[in-house]
Amino acid sequence: MLAQNIFFGLIAVTMVLAALKVVTTRNVVHAALFLVVVLAGVAGQFILLAAEFTAATQVLVYIGAVIILFLFGLMLTQAQIGSPSSLDNDRRSLAGGTAVILFALLGYVLWDGFGDTELELTRVQRTAEVSDSIFSTYIVAFEAVSVLLLAALIGAIVVARRE
Amino acid sequence: MILNQFLFLAAILFCIGVYGVLARRNAVMVLMSIELILNAVNINLVAFGAFQDTVAGQVFALFVIAIAAAEVGVGLAIVLLIYRNKTNIDLDQVDLMKG
Repeated sequence: MLAQNIFFGLIAVTMVLAALKVVTTRNVVHAALFLVVVLAGVAGQFILLAAEFTAATQVLVYIGAVIILFLFGLMLTQAQIGSPSSLDNDRRSLAGGTAVILFALLGYVLWDGFGDTELELTRVQRTAEVSDSIFSTYIVAFEAVSVLLLAALIGAIVVARRE
Repeated sequence: MILNQFLFLAAILFCIGVYGVLARRNAVMVLMSIELILNAVNINLVAFGAFQDTVAGQVFALFVIAIAAAEVGVGLAIVLLIYRNKTNIDLDQVDLMKG
């Protein structure tokens, strides 16, 4: 349990620092690369939670595909790399206040609701169980997601295509 | 490990994402902040799934990942279209429908 807590702390601190850089850095490409750190940290937390398949999917889909999409988006829109202050609008303090108040509220509710409830990881949730669950209980939702992905694919092509 | 350490980490990530959505002006950066928010939700889902000892949390997280991929694809296509029409992706200047 102790080793898990140490690694949780290391990964969590890295994630929070990288996430802060994502929303504050003035270089858009650096923001995308810091986002990779956060997403890899999330995969690490999934491993700590014994969710192996979700961790693998996180790496494949997010770090493999979504980040590439972001980098292509940055490249195609020729966002001024390293341009100062134009990435943020002038409502930063308002946004910061909102985030802090939201965190205070969430923190109070979470501590009030769960306190120091122990998280007993009794077993690893195996990939076979996940697939059994997806293809039995959640089969309708799974098919809906398939159709949604197809629709998003066609929609993205239609929207971005040149006339 | 206690349950709340994962929930607090997710809450911090969520709030950072909310800050990014509100404070960023570049449309791609706003989409990145939305990814932070979605990942915070995924941590919560998997943590509660492990807490309740059910795979439902993981299944829902997988659905969220799939939807997020679709959302980024369509979102970036829209950003590309905005860039083509206005030659920049400054969200403060996208006010065509403002009354």
